[in-house]
Amino acid sequence: MISAPDVVAFTREEELEDELCSEPPLPEEYSVPLFPFASHGANPWAKVAGSKFTRDFILISEFSEQVGPQPLLTIPDDAKVSGTFDLNYFSLRIMSVDYQASFVGHPPGSAYPKLNFVEDSKVVLGDSKEGAFAYVHHLTLYDLEARGFVRPFCMAYISADEHKIMQQFQELSAEFSKASECLKTGNRKAFANELEKKLKDLDYTRTVLHNETEIQKKANDKGYYTTQAIEKANELASVEKSIIEHQDLLKQIRSYPYRKLKESDFHPYEPECALGQANAGCGQDLTASDPAEPGETHLYAHVPSYTPKLIKAKSAKCFDKKLKTLEELCDIYFFTQTLDQLHQIERTFRGDVCYLLTDQISRALLKQQSVTNFLFEDVSFLDEKPPEKQYRGCRGLSQDAVDRKCSEESPAPKVVISLGAYKSSVECVPIKMEQEIEDSQEPKMTESVTFEHQENLDYLDADIKGSISSGESIEVLGTEKSASGLTKSESQASLPVSPSPQAGRSKVGSRRTVSEDSIEVLSTCPSESLIPEDFKASYPSAINEEPYADDEEGGLRFTPKLNPDNADEQEDVSKQENLVQVDSSCCIGKESPNFLEPLPDLGQKPCDEDGVVRIPPQPYRQAEQGLRGSFGGFPSHDGISGGFLSYELDSRYLTGSREVSKSSLDECSDSTSYISSAASTCSDRTPSPAHPACQARERHKKKAGQNALRFIRQYPFAHPAIYSLLSGRTLIVLGEEEAIVKKLVTALSIFVPNCGVYAKPVKHWVTSPLHVVDFQKWKLIGLQRMASPAGVNVLHALSRYSRYVSVLDADSKTLRCPLYKGTLVSRLADHRTQIKRGSTYYMHVQSILTQLCSKAFLFTFCHHLHLPISEREPEESVVNRRMNFLKLQLGLANEDIKIVQYLAELLKLQYIQEPGQGVNPLLRFDYVPSFLYKI
Amino acid sequence: KSSVQTIGEEQIQNPYTELLVLKGHQDIVRFLVQIDDCRFASAGDDGIIFLWNAQTGEKLFELHGHTHKITAIAPFSSSDASEEKKHLILTASADRTVIVWDCTSGRQVQKVSCFHSTVKCLTVLQRLDVWLSGGSDLCVWNRKLDLLCKTSHLTDAGISALVELPKNCVAATVGKELVIFRLIASDDGSEGWNVLEVKRLVDHQDNILSLVSVNDLTFVTGSHVGELIVWDALDWTKQACECNFWDSSVPPDVQPEIKLSQSPNETSVQHLTSDEECVFAAVGKGIYVYNLQMKRVIACQRTAHDSSVLHIEKLPNRQLISCSEDGSVRIWELREKQQLPAEPVPTGFFNMWGFGRASKQANQAAKKMQDNTPMYFLELVGDLIGHSSAVQMFLYFGELGLATCSADHLIILWKDGERESRLRSLTLFQKLAQNGDFQLKF
Repeated sequence: MISAPDVVAFTREEELEDELCSEPPLPEEYSVPLFPFASHGANPWAKVAGSKFTRDFILISEFSEQVGPQPLLTIPDDAKVSGTFDLNYFSLRIMSVDYQASFVGHPPGSAYPKLNFVEDSKVVLGDSKEGAFAYVHHLTLYDLEARGFVRPFCMAYISADEHKIMQQFQELSAEFSKASECLKTGNRKAFANELEKKLKDLDYTRTVLHNETEIQKKANDKGYYTTQAIEKANELASVEKSIIEHQDLLKQIRSYPYRKLKESDFHPYEPECALGQANAGCGQDLTASDPAEPGETHLYAHVPSYTPKLIKAKSAKCFDKKLKTLEELCDIYFFTQTLDQLHQIERTFRGDVCYLLTDQISRALLKQQSVTNFLFEDVSFLDEKPPEKQYRGCRGLSQDAVDRKCSEESPAPKVVISLGAYKSSVECVPIKMEQEIEDSQEPKMTESVTFEHQENLDYLDADIKGSISSGESIEVLGTEKSASGLTKSESQASLPVSPSPQAGRSKVGSRRTVSEDSIEVLSTCPSESLIPEDFKASYPSAINEEPYADDEEGGLRFTPKLNPDNADEQEDVSKQENLVQVDSSCCIGKESPNFLEPLPDLGQKPCDEDGVVRIPPQPYRQAEQGLRGSFGGFPSHDGISGGFLSYELDSRYLTGSREVSKSSLDECSDSTSYISSAASTCSDRTPSPAHPACQARERHKKKAGQNALRFIRQYPFAHPAIYSLLSGRTLIVLGEEEAIVKKLVTALSIFVPNCGVYAKPVKHWVTSPLHVVDFQKWKLIGLQRMASPAGVNVLHALSRYSRYVSVLDADSKTLRCPLYKGTLVSRLADHRTQIKRGSTYYMHVQSILTQLCSKAFLFTFCHHLHLPISEREPEESVVNRRMNFLKLQLGLANEDIKIVQYLAELLKLQYIQEPGQGVNPLLRFDYVPSFLYKI
Repeated sequence: KSSVQTIGEEQIQNPYTELLVLKGHQDIVRFLVQIDDCRFASAGDDGIIFLWNAQTGEKLFELHGHTHKITAIAPFSSSDASEEKKHLILTASADRTVIVWDCTSGRQVQKVSCFHSTVKCLTVLQRLDVWLSGGSDLCVWNRKLDLLCKTSHLTDAGISALVELPKNCVAATVGKELVIFRLIASDDGSEGWNVLEVKRLVDHQDNILSLVSVNDLTFVTGSHVGELIVWDALDWTKQACECNFWDSSVPPDVQPEIKLSQSPNETSVQHLTSDEECVFAAVGKGIYVYNLQMKRVIACQRTAHDSSVLHIEKLPNRQLISCSEDGSVRIWELREKQQLPAEPVPTGFFNMWGFGRASKQANQAAKKMQDNTPMYFLELVGDLIGHSSAVQMFLYFGELGLATCSADHLIILWKDGERESRLRSLTLFQKLAQNGDFQLKF
């Protein structure tokens, strides 16, 4: 029964990585020639080998009024990350498409300068020459010394993977909005402080001037005013005016509606602790760990004492004046918070897009399994995210499959125009198209909605000019109007600006933008051969939007089939459409969403037949629905990513250890990165947890997976041990050394079913004798073996309770536990597995356990398996039926039945548990003999 | 060395495959008492009384009131005079008080604290609607906790056990003596009772440890030196005596003449229980079955446990449960063993297991027993290991399971896993139907 393991791959206790690293390399003559570009940081799986950076990063740039667009910082802050990538150049790119409206200064009809609480704009940019794609989040910060009081900034998530940007747009947008909100809040605070100081200065200046004037008046007895006196008076008047202006500004900045923020679940800032945090220089987890913290209550209350200065009447507005840095512009606490958030974003979205997607989908699916998911999943993390989001993402997918046709005909309204990189031309077409007027599916659309969009277009128009003239190669792939900050009504509440002139302008603007310019550009569009292969998927959508340019009458309406102007385009369109169809028909990902329930509400579709996105101007949560468009708008991408996933898994299986060791030498700055990146794309393959807490969890998963992998290779009796855990029999790992025991416990913990939604029933290290209560509570225990008399007691207790426990002796490498003859565990823990990486193995285990859960679910919730059909039916026949079901229907053999029965018991307990009181911890056991296994 | 029978890990007949640990007590739990079909109370040295749901293991009430350890506990269900049955329990403590608790509300009903010594035993005479407390004297109380009458000071040791006998009599054990009291209705009032000492029986050589009433005609006492005497409940005469449980080589004799060769602990009769036919005695580490008709031990397990057996109980299905200081609970089955009386018994086999019946049977058969007597043996069918210290007592709840209490401060509820699983399924589907989840998202 017990045979020596075929492969005992790892005999030492070091980490798997060490193991691999220390492996001697093959002689040169035996080695497979490496991918020729491997040295350039690229790899065969890289989709865009031309990119000059090795992994995704975040770039913060500013459009400085002195020097123009300039990069400020990157996250991670590592020169290696951007590599030879020209940050200056790219900053110029991304800053040149700032769609943000910034009407600051003196609007017509207003006496005082008005602050505009501008909403962030979000665009997707692609620069195919650089092989870089970016989600760009434009925001405006206030600076008293800046022109118009505003400083335009942008945060960009730059990746070589276009699909990632497009498909994660929604998530990126959400996360960046948080960062932006945080930064802007800090900025407002700093700005208010600055204003207060300035006001004090002005006040002081006024006093001084006043005094001087008085003195002059007294000195002047000639009866007429000297030039000096008039000058002074003018100066005084201008100071007075300035004071009023500044007071008004202060009022404006203070009137920012904080209510808005409180509605969202993002409250990273609490002033009291904020200062402490900032002083401590960290505040790492505050953002996520304390989401319930009350919002700022008296944010601007605390102003340090300040001695006012005299202000010269004419403030020096010269170019050698040093502008404030980003750090100075923002309250230090909020600045660190923002950086933390950005780091978090970087960690979250790092890795291949298929991984991100799979993770999101699986999480969404897990959420749906509300009855069983507690068994092997950490349910707590599922609750962290707002539930709608997960469902949405998934639904977007499923809808994709359902409404395939629709999306093919009018794909991706987000995508605007693409252009060959070789041509020096730019086109920017507003993404936010106006709603179809004869739209029947969304009757809810109101005038205000339309207005919102028009206004948005207007903004676009206003800012586009610069970029058009720049004449550089930029593809604007998409944009998204932010809805996070304020709804229109609220922003206007604080700004009593009449909206009518804007609306009027917007019409003109949008028409013009949409007219000839883009057509010209498109007609010079290169042949498709020059377009990168994987870029094509999104390409047709761009083409599809051309007619919209022609459609003068309908403003922003467009009809794909009617573009009479250009025959070439027509051809292009059809070609592209074919392409899309091919893509989607062969995709794998298409099928997966079919598991999901069909979209319940078709009226909620993000795009209708015209491919118009309608995004109602709503705050964030609601906006997600609209944002779904970014998800659903790319049917072919799903296909690609789906296919890619399986391909990747394959490649991961196939990767030889040599390759693994080779690639493991790659510099991975982050400790969470995988040991192998052989199968990775250009970006780092680190898994992407969404929260800091998940980070640790992810790390734990990986570690546990590795240890488990080592365990099943090292111990031939891994199967009965795992069976013990799965059937609810407490497994005790007995050993002298804590580290070894803990490692084993960690390894085995992935097989332990949870008894409730709380922590895993795993106790890593115990030194005192065990009691029956412990077996009730813990299902996996690390126990210290001691030579002392106390140790004897420990062992005595163990032998006394031997019927409840299986004992894995880590020192003598023996296992005492019941026999296992089932087949399930061998699939779960095959010691000949080709899986090399801990996280992969972890996922393998999870998939099999999920399968097991579904069996348990089925078994638990089949009425007739547990209760008689009729009153008179004897209990025996129910038992027979039950056993038949387990054996025949579920295909379980021998001890596997017990596993499912145990899981079913857990499900029952969980389900019938009354809310408020925990599950009564009970210990179930069997009277079965144990056997001793040895290596 | 140990001759204790072991059963191993495969116990097909053991139905208890699920356990629930009830935590609450902070000291030794000594008493378990059943209140109704699904409730029981526990009490012990920490002076706290807990009420539990035997089905769910839910803690119903925590009764605080005593400052010292509990020395006696008795259920005191109200008479059928009132409409609904009122469940009360009486508890006596070393703080020289007796408290009456209401099990429905979990409140203290009344407290009596006029005792001169610790009350060591409580008995409720349902028929007379009075209850007795036994300490250094015997007191009779009515339901309203009025002291009806009391005896004079008996001994310092006091009454250790009380049992109701017919004709308004009670038997009380006081040291080595067995004292019979009779309750006589007083002349002046309807409520009044007088208590009279009727008889003192001094047949036991050592302290009487256990006292049990078998039926209206007989009661049984057991002493520290292993004497078991069967008494007539009406005229208080000795019907039979068994006193050499520990020595199978010597033929049992009616007279307790055998010199003790073993320590008294090994032979003390810790606990007695009975059904109509037999008295089951926990003697030292062993269990003995004494047939009242045949007046002899028909089956025994000389070393049933590693250490003293503290409590035994007969189940309806010919099973016997015993618990012991060694922390284990064992389930035995009384099985018939057809034997030809003349045939010599393979003594070696039985001795190996500590059986002593062979020679005994031969002797007895030679004496007066008729032929073809079915002989019995106790077969171990299961053991329950959970407590880490002496199991003081247990309470059998039939289908609901078994509650055991122990010196490790725990109470364990042992349950039939199959049945529980079925019940849970039932609850599950009830809840499903209730929630209307049948249609929902599954």
